[in-house]
Amino acid sequence: MNLFDNKLEARGFIVAAIVLLFALPMLNGLTSPDSFLHVSSFQISLWGKYVTYAILAMSLNVLWGYTGMLCLCQSLFFALGAYAFGMYLMLHVGVDTVYNTALPDFMDFQGYTELPWYWKPFESAPFAVLAAVGIPGIVSFIFGVLVFRSRIKGVYFSIITQALTYALMLLFFKNNLELFGQSFILFGGNNGLNGFKEIFGASVDSASTQRWLFIASVLLMLTVYLAIAWVLKTKFGKVQQAIRDSENRIRFSGYSTTTYKLLIFTVCAMIAGAAGALYVPQVGGINANEMTPAKSLDVVVWVAFGGRGTKFGPILGAVVVSLLKSFFLRAAPDSWLIILGAIFIFTVLFMPNGLVGLPQQLKPLWKRIRSKSTTSTVPVS
Amino acid sequence: MKNLKKLSLGLASAAALFGSSLTAEETVKVGVLHSLSGTMAISETSLRDILLFTFDEINAAGGVLGKKIEPVVVDGASDWPTFAEKAEQLLAQDKVSATFGCWTSVSRKFVLPVYEKYNGLLFYPVQYEGEELSPNIFYTAEAVGQQAIPAVDYLLEEGYKKFYLIGTDYVYPQTTNLVLFEYLQSKGIKVENIGGGLRKDASGEVISAGKYTPFSHSDYQQIVAEIKAFTASGDACVINTINGDSNVSFFKEIAASGITADDCPIVSFSLSEDEFRSLPTKDLVGHLGCWTYFMSLDTPANKKFVKNFNKWLKTAPAGVQKEGRVTCSPMVLSYNGVYLWKAAVEKAGTFEPEAVIKALESGISFDGPGGTVTSQKNHHLTKNVYIGETLEDGQFEILESYDNVYGEPFLKGTF
Repeated sequence: MNLFDNKLEARGFIVAAIVLLFALPMLNGLTSPDSFLHVSSFQISLWGKYVTYAILAMSLNVLWGYTGMLCLCQSLFFALGAYAFGMYLMLHVGVDTVYNTALPDFMDFQGYTELPWYWKPFESAPFAVLAAVGIPGIVSFIFGVLVFRSRIKGVYFSIITQALTYALMLLFFKNNLELFGQSFILFGGNNGLNGFKEIFGASVDSASTQRWLFIASVLLMLTVYLAIAWVLKTKFGKVQQAIRDSENRIRFSGYSTTTYKLLIFTVCAMIAGAAGALYVPQVGGINANEMTPAKSLDVVVWVAFGGRGTKFGPILGAVVVSLLKSFFLRAAPDSWLIILGAIFIFTVLFMPNGLVGLPQQLKPLWKRIRSKSTTSTVPVS
Repeated sequence: MKNLKKLSLGLASAAALFGSSLTAEETVKVGVLHSLSGTMAISETSLRDILLFTFDEINAAGGVLGKKIEPVVVDGASDWPTFAEKAEQLLAQDKVSATFGCWTSVSRKFVLPVYEKYNGLLFYPVQYEGEELSPNIFYTAEAVGQQAIPAVDYLLEEGYKKFYLIGTDYVYPQTTNLVLFEYLQSKGIKVENIGGGLRKDASGEVISAGKYTPFSHSDYQQIVAEIKAFTASGDACVINTINGDSNVSFFKEIAASGITADDCPIVSFSLSEDEFRSLPTKDLVGHLGCWTYFMSLDTPANKKFVKNFNKWLKTAPAGVQKEGRVTCSPMVLSYNGVYLWKAAVEKAGTFEPEAVIKALESGISFDGPGGTVTSQKNHHLTKNVYIGETLEDGQFEILESYDNVYGEPFLKGTF
């Protein structure tokens, strides 16, 4: 089975893989910093961050673009993955000079002398990696069972997912949780997890670590891309798209749409979690701010901007919007919100298929211009 | 910004005409990293404004080591990963000599590894919880010992014997109150006279003192009822570390319950003149504030500072709000930071952050609007502390001052 729709897509994929996996890391690692070809470590970690955003957008696009479920808590799963891996990083910052303990500093602040039991497994790297994917998976599965069995869909599904991310945000902003008369320390409250030192025994800030994290992010993105391309061609993927177009018809045809939706919802949450785990060491921290509903809405904007229901659109959307934001934060620190807002409104009004739909949209226009120019150059005989 | 560049270009060409060697190229870049959008913009935009004013003031007086300061302003957008990204951009791409920025502790925590990685220099101007000392950050901010401790000293002198602790649930109030819990006990205040509740761990050790509410909490009915019962004896006061707009609801409830500043003063650490531009002061009149600067300070240095700032506002670049402006402690600490940096650069003879940090560690003094500040080896400042009473117009009447209070970030377990 051919995964790609056409030759252009196949070629584009291979070029992207070569550039991102080999060319950029080599230009970062092998050229001297003064060379004009040099890609700085700052750029590498910046692009690594954008790639994890792209993966997050891809996972939402599967739900929204193909199954028709506008999930407004995709950033929550991303943040849960980030927190799970962040806990591992937090437990490997070494002994701090102030308190002389190996505990995270926010536990020292609050007088804890021992690591709580639910933090202990995160000392192990394999467990943390598994948890970064597994915890979003478990949360989304339980939530999905409740929601999909009650046949909550459409705008109600969107609202309830937004409520979920809001509720967990409030929980993660807390320092302690009082439960059954006992006090449980949570995950750093408002400060969150940051100040990391080591990852798998290597320095988290070193150029080579950042390079490897970038490569890992790109590998995950390419894998997810291929997986989506494959799923779309299977019966499973076709049913998902049919659910988007008419869920009742699919159910009356004998398909358990609940199971189909639950499965894709859980898998997408796990993908977002994996992206989050790669995000946290490249950014250097995570706090509950990432769980605010606005963060999940950002992802919706990326997907809509790039092109919903297309394979490449969400990647393009996430990267272009992030680049624009990064640029205007510096170039127009007073008015960047207005500029970005205007761009989004323009896209929604005049580019219904997003950035990837633009060439198709411009084709008739191009044809008209060309026919006009040919008529004018043809001499009258 | 464009106007500013044009202006400096104009100035430079004028200078060239008069035979001076100054040219437009001779500038030194510094970063300004504050939130100009999002939830923190209301506080942090004022710091951006005062920094631009300070740079203009220094440039007009000849710059630093003969070079004009060229600010690179970026918006942290109240988003902490954005703070980290922009900090790295300032250091890696713009190669700024120093950065002035951050308000929240979490933004500082996010940029700290970046400044250590690039061996940069950050000046941090807002009161904070301490328990931190990065070799690449200078904390011009008030440490707990320069705000909470003097405030408690003042209240003890006034004869108050019961203290109620309330704050927003994050690390600054939590840490401040734990320090105060230890300090009050060392001053002979009994545990049952420290209100707000205690939380203990399994071994019975106190891990949190005081009452906490989430950010933007608005329902204070129950808590105020508790405070009212606590203050019935008449010798009680409240230590308030609530952050932001929750204060409006809190003080409204306090006023409604009939608690007045006379029988139970409330001392707040997060409300300065600048906050009162957007918060109603009606319910706060008579309650106390504690900072290392008040706008009402009656000194020639402060009067000149306020006058010059207001004059600058008239010609300020677009985007700077011009009406109804005040000055407050975080703004003055930003201002002091720039002048300390200037003095350190001049002492070191170079803009190299490492040498500048060394110079600062050796102890540099600056006569600021709030009195003389002196940098210490431990990256904090010795400065004066003032206790003030809130007035109707959002200003403070100064009741007491403590001169040359040493900045110590590590107070927990020292009493």
